[in-house]
Amino acid sequence: MRFFLDDEQRAFARSLDGMLTAADVPGAARDWAAGEHASGLAVWRRLGEAGVFGLAAPEEYEGVGPLPVETAVAFVELGRHAVPGPAVETVAAVALLSRLAGLGVPEPPKRFLPALVGGRVSATLTLTGTRTNTGPLALDADTAGVLLAAGDGEVRLAPGQAGTRASLDPTRRLGRLLPGGELLASGEPADAAARRALDWAALATAAQCLGVGYALLDRTVAYVKGRTQFGVPVGSFQAVKHRLADVLVALEFARPLVFGAAVSLRDGNRAAARVDLAAAKVTAGDAAHHAARAALQLHGALGYTAEYDLSLWLLKARALRGAWGGAGMWRGRVVEGAGGS
Amino acid sequence: MDLDFSAEEEEFRREARAWLAAHVPARPLPSLETEEGFAAHRAWEGELAADRWSVVSWPEEYGGRGAGIVKWLLFEEEYYAAGAPGRVSQNGISLLAPTLLDHGTPEQRALLLPPMASGETIWAQAWSEPESGSDLASLRSTARRVRGGWVLNGQKTWSSRAAFADRAFGLFRSDPDTDRPHRGLTYLMFPLDAEGVTVRPIGRLDGKPAFAELFLDDVFVPDEDVIGEPGQGWRIAMSTTGDERGLTLRSPGRFLATADRLLRDWRAHGDPADTALRDRVADAVLGARAYQLFTWANASRLAAGSSGEASESGRSMGAESSLNKVFWSEYDIAVHETALDLLGTECGDWTEGYVFALAGPIYAGTNEIQRDIIAERLLGLPKGRR
Repeated sequence: MRFFLDDEQRAFARSLDGMLTAADVPGAARDWAAGEHASGLAVWRRLGEAGVFGLAAPEEYEGVGPLPVETAVAFVELGRHAVPGPAVETVAAVALLSRLAGLGVPEPPKRFLPALVGGRVSATLTLTGTRTNTGPLALDADTAGVLLAAGDGEVRLAPGQAGTRASLDPTRRLGRLLPGGELLASGEPADAAARRALDWAALATAAQCLGVGYALLDRTVAYVKGRTQFGVPVGSFQAVKHRLADVLVALEFARPLVFGAAVSLRDGNRAAARVDLAAAKVTAGDAAHHAARAALQLHGALGYTAEYDLSLWLLKARALRGAWGGAGMWRGRVVEGAGGS
Repeated sequence: MDLDFSAEEEEFRREARAWLAAHVPARPLPSLETEEGFAAHRAWEGELAADRWSVVSWPEEYGGRGAGIVKWLLFEEEYYAAGAPGRVSQNGISLLAPTLLDHGTPEQRALLLPPMASGETIWAQAWSEPESGSDLASLRSTARRVRGGWVLNGQKTWSSRAAFADRAFGLFRSDPDTDRPHRGLTYLMFPLDAEGVTVRPIGRLDGKPAFAELFLDDVFVPDEDVIGEPGQGWRIAMSTTGDERGLTLRSPGRFLATADRLLRDWRAHGDPADTALRDRVADAVLGARAYQLFTWANASRLAAGSSGEASESGRSMGAESSLNKVFWSEYDIAVHETALDLLGTECGDWTEGYVFALAGPIYAGTNEIQRDIIAERLLGLPKGRR
């Protein structure tokens, strides 16, 4: 057993971290929230060049996957840097299309995967089937080039979207996909592909939450070390320390669930993956939310301002907790799927 | 990154499972915090030891199997999944034995470890004092140098298992004139029936004598029963408490078994419409899995580190073990609370476990001390007044 990242996986994380640190991601996120997409799309293309969107696709469609562990590595970094855009959705769409390819439905993957994998186009999707219902709104449908709608027994290419609205996180812009559109797949392959999309969406969202949580913790630790009151750093007070210690405990126990889910998904261990993905989604979402509440409180009024960049992570943590199914749905899956002979 | 076991590890797991299936008592033993239960658990230790299952991670010469951390964790999973009894020798096995293996003499190891492995000698710890709890280094019990040994005086308290145990180990102030409180302490062992020792059992929350006060009045201890150098006791003990809070005090196996039991009770008695309680059952299941995977991550890093494979590794857990302790102690209470809310406080099966779990955030370094360690050593926050 080697349940830790290998040198190559750690180098991948470092290279993404370096690339995103050099790009002005907070600036791009603010542009994105204002409906200006150019700077965000520049970051997007670089993520494509780094191979992030090919991690869920097989080699025959220009991907390098499926590589769930590396996907989790990448999304931790995306969360850490508050990257805007439908990254989870694009990876989920790539997973959906790749699954169709494996089930003998080659046309849609051939048509869409190369551009998605290369980062030239982004995708968004909704899952509304009985077993995969995560709501009717699609993230960033106004900028995505491929709009997929998967319901019971069908996957359609939506003809457009309407009614863009902002989420609590202003960088997350949600739209309603228009009904109808070209039928890309139907029957059991469509349902299987939708289930696969949900698996990858849960994994990528959980990993992103983890990165958001660590970013909030790191920024808050730095802040309370430097902020002085009563003549000493506020970080020397036990009430402050203990709150941050609890955030670290939450994140450090969410992390192995996220990577455990990635390993179960990679190994095709359906029973374990089902529970592990649900556990990861719930736990990482809660940990990020916990980190956000602590970060806001410990930054004082400064953290409550839109101008200060902390706000990007604070609001994203809350939005991601409910994205791709709320905690109740995923906890239900944990109880349903767990052993307990 | 993988979660796979080698063929040899799988074989070890199968062997443990088969042995446990054939030997675990069909009915639970009486509580080990009673005289009758203590004796029954001592006999069980002997049965484990007869087939070398009591201390699998120890070297073979002392009754173990030389199992590495991964095999030890597999054994623990099988042990608790089989519903096997609690370990009455836990204090000796997880606290004293690692110290003897690291700091003891060959004679001490040869003399003390085999009877510890068989349950013939059961050990209690003697750390805390009435005035020294979290601030352990302020302890005042003394060890005075005499010809051939030391004379102990003072009072120890909250000494787990001491009501029925045979011997104890702890720290004593051997040099009263040092500049810092944690200097001048010596690590000593003594029989609980020695002349000058008075054991006064203390009833825990449910009245069972789970721990005791120890009064020491001119108790003679020969030089052979000092561990390591006199005056170095703090450093030696800290290596022990590091292990205690690390991977070896509470293995994931016990929590996986507890979560599994809760899940079965939920399926048998739960109201599917009560999603609030269902969510807490989910948290029990995913918390046990989180603890298991956290432990595998650390264990496999340690294993790879000792064979020189991993760059990010070390032999022991260090301050990370404080994360562990906070997690399992709070988890254990939450699971038992959920079970009591599901089944009622009159359900006999969970109440003793609940009382035991309630002590978790207090012993082995309170969770307040653990959070200080996490904040200062892992997050790098400045030291301040407690």
